[in-house]
Amino acid sequence: MINGIKKIARSQLLVPIIALLALIIFNLFRDINFFTISLITNNEGNQVLSGNIISILTGASELAILAIGMTLVTAAARGQDISVGAAAAIAGSVFVNILRSTQITPGVIIGAFVACCLVAILFGMFNGTLVAIFKIQPMIASLILFTSGRSVAYWINGGASPTVESPLISHLGSFIPGIPIPTPVLVVIVFCIIVALILRFTNLGLYTQSVGINERSARLNGINSVWIKMLTFMFLGVCCAIAGVIAVSRIGLINHETILLDIEMDAILAVAIGGNSLGGGKFSLIGSLMGAYIIQALTITLYAMQVPSTDVKAYKAIVIIAIVVLGSPIVKRYAAQLRDKLAKKPMKVTENY
Amino acid sequence: MKVLKSSLVLVLVVVMMFAFAACNNAAAPAADTAADTATAAPVADDGMVKVGIVNNPPSESGYRAANVADFEKVFTEANGYEVSTVYTLNIDEQLNAAAQFITDGVDYLLISAAATDGWDTVLTNAKDAGVKVILFDRMINADESMYEAAVVSDMAVEGQNAVAWLKSQNLEAYNVIHIQGVMGTAAQIGRTGALDAEFAAGTMTKVVQQTANWQADEAKDIVATVISAGTPFNVIYAENDDMAKGAVAALDEAGITHGVGGDVIIMGFDCNKWALRELLAQNWNFDQQCSPFQAAVIDEMIKTLEAGGTLDSKLVISEEKGFDATTITQEDIDTYGLGD
Repeated sequence: MINGIKKIARSQLLVPIIALLALIIFNLFRDINFFTISLITNNEGNQVLSGNIISILTGASELAILAIGMTLVTAAARGQDISVGAAAAIAGSVFVNILRSTQITPGVIIGAFVACCLVAILFGMFNGTLVAIFKIQPMIASLILFTSGRSVAYWINGGASPTVESPLISHLGSFIPGIPIPTPVLVVIVFCIIVALILRFTNLGLYTQSVGINERSARLNGINSVWIKMLTFMFLGVCCAIAGVIAVSRIGLINHETILLDIEMDAILAVAIGGNSLGGGKFSLIGSLMGAYIIQALTITLYAMQVPSTDVKAYKAIVIIAIVVLGSPIVKRYAAQLRDKLAKKPMKVTENY
Repeated sequence: MKVLKSSLVLVLVVVMMFAFAACNNAAAPAADTAADTATAAPVADDGMVKVGIVNNPPSESGYRAANVADFEKVFTEANGYEVSTVYTLNIDEQLNAAAQFITDGVDYLLISAAATDGWDTVLTNAKDAGVKVILFDRMINADESMYEAAVVSDMAVEGQNAVAWLKSQNLEAYNVIHIQGVMGTAAQIGRTGALDAEFAAGTMTKVVQQTANWQADEAKDIVATVISAGTPFNVIYAENDDMAKGAVAALDEAGITHGVGGDVIIMGFDCNKWALRELLAQNWNFDQQCSPFQAAVIDEMIKTLEAGGTLDSKLVISEEKGFDATTITQEDIDTYGLGD
């Protein structure tokens, strides 16, 4: 038990855990009903779960999936892809336009999803090529798609904001009849299991880290660093496609200008809150996942507090500054010194930072 | 081997670049041809009215796409116009394009400004050159004498229309969830104003007032939070259609009825075709138009001026309708709806 606590205290998950606990405790004192979960009947006549916790879990789905992809890109490429929102808009547009062209059946939905995955992977490869082969800074490389992506989505949509009306799509975006858990939450769970299995049974996780820590030595050890980087960008492409499809299915509408707007910044933030270095190398997917849910919990808390519209961003900024500073190397070192002093142990000279 | 690989990559990139260029061409063919005609504009007077249009790109929004389509429909050669158009969101490019149009000797300059300031030089030059300027969609910061006419939307009137409709419902109580657009935009300020006045007067109760930044999913989260808190409400006033749709998604998940005969009144803005179809299906109650159709009015003005007449008034506020779910028809959707 004590060993477990010590382990957590030293792990990079300490800050996200503290942030999440702080949010929970704050809401407990503010209004205990915040945590109420109830089983209600929705307008389709299904029994479904409802409450703020459910809102947080389902609302953060797109962000959680993008944060996982962003973590891997960050780890291998030592930089961030800022075009994920634009790529998701493109993927969502492809998805919607395929569905609109025909009768919607489960088979068509799967086909449309595969198609938009392929498109998103292509755009991922475009970024990956610039980063891995031409050695362009990831943020600069993805700036191209960031600025042009939504125009491409506009072109795919033919200038309108098309809608898809189908019970199947709304099942995908909210609830499948008979299952009280929101579908986006199920998608995230399945996605996380698949990613965990891939990392568990292949060396990709290790390779990604080693490319990020020292590309030269990774290459000398026979790791194809170009391919690894390319792979992370392609994987992020798949993440964008899934996020785009979830976002479209939620509302049954794609608006290329506003869909998943600014999500790239939240995804990068989730990676940072998760205690991951934005300079690449070692990474923790659980940290990034927690980061994503912390961001959404913060948003829902601010809505529940009825913070005035004009002040929302300022409140968010204050909390995020606090979390990021708490996770900074200087504060961590200071905390370590304090801990050692309290434990009356000789101070350790070096810490990981 | 390495050379082969890198040359392969080079080819790939070039192909991708071409693909991008192709996309852009497809997206804005009008802009390209416009640039061509702008540089190669014939000087000969063949009885056509030469018009230069400075607009924002159709990709900006569904509103803009409808606006551009409207102008393309009215200002044609068959209608007696020789048209050059430049689409850009960049104010400097807009100013340059306008200056170029004046140099080319257009008769009329139609402007939907990307920014309200900085037009003084262009307007002065236009005046000196005898080019008549007509502003559309948006006003700019300039003296009235600097332009011939302005055909614009009044967002505050849109808000007043919507609130007047809401008051005409004679509900016992008005508990309103107010979902705002991006704070500080003309549309948000205009559409918020009328409702804020009711809140201040105490005739309506503000359950929550929050910005969803024009985004459907944020609107859904806001409404879901109110439902979780258990606060009663019977009106959702969303400042665009997307946010109204997001709000309705939250109601559907919570099993709350909406629309005509439902527990909650749904109000949106912009009149997208899909939104008007929601009205026709009685899932929503009201949608307020924000008209992108200024071309016909301007066409009328130019015809009057060319015939030697004078305009009745310099400022024309676009007439904008509100649609009620109980009276809307398929014809309204076809006529006034945006997009498809």
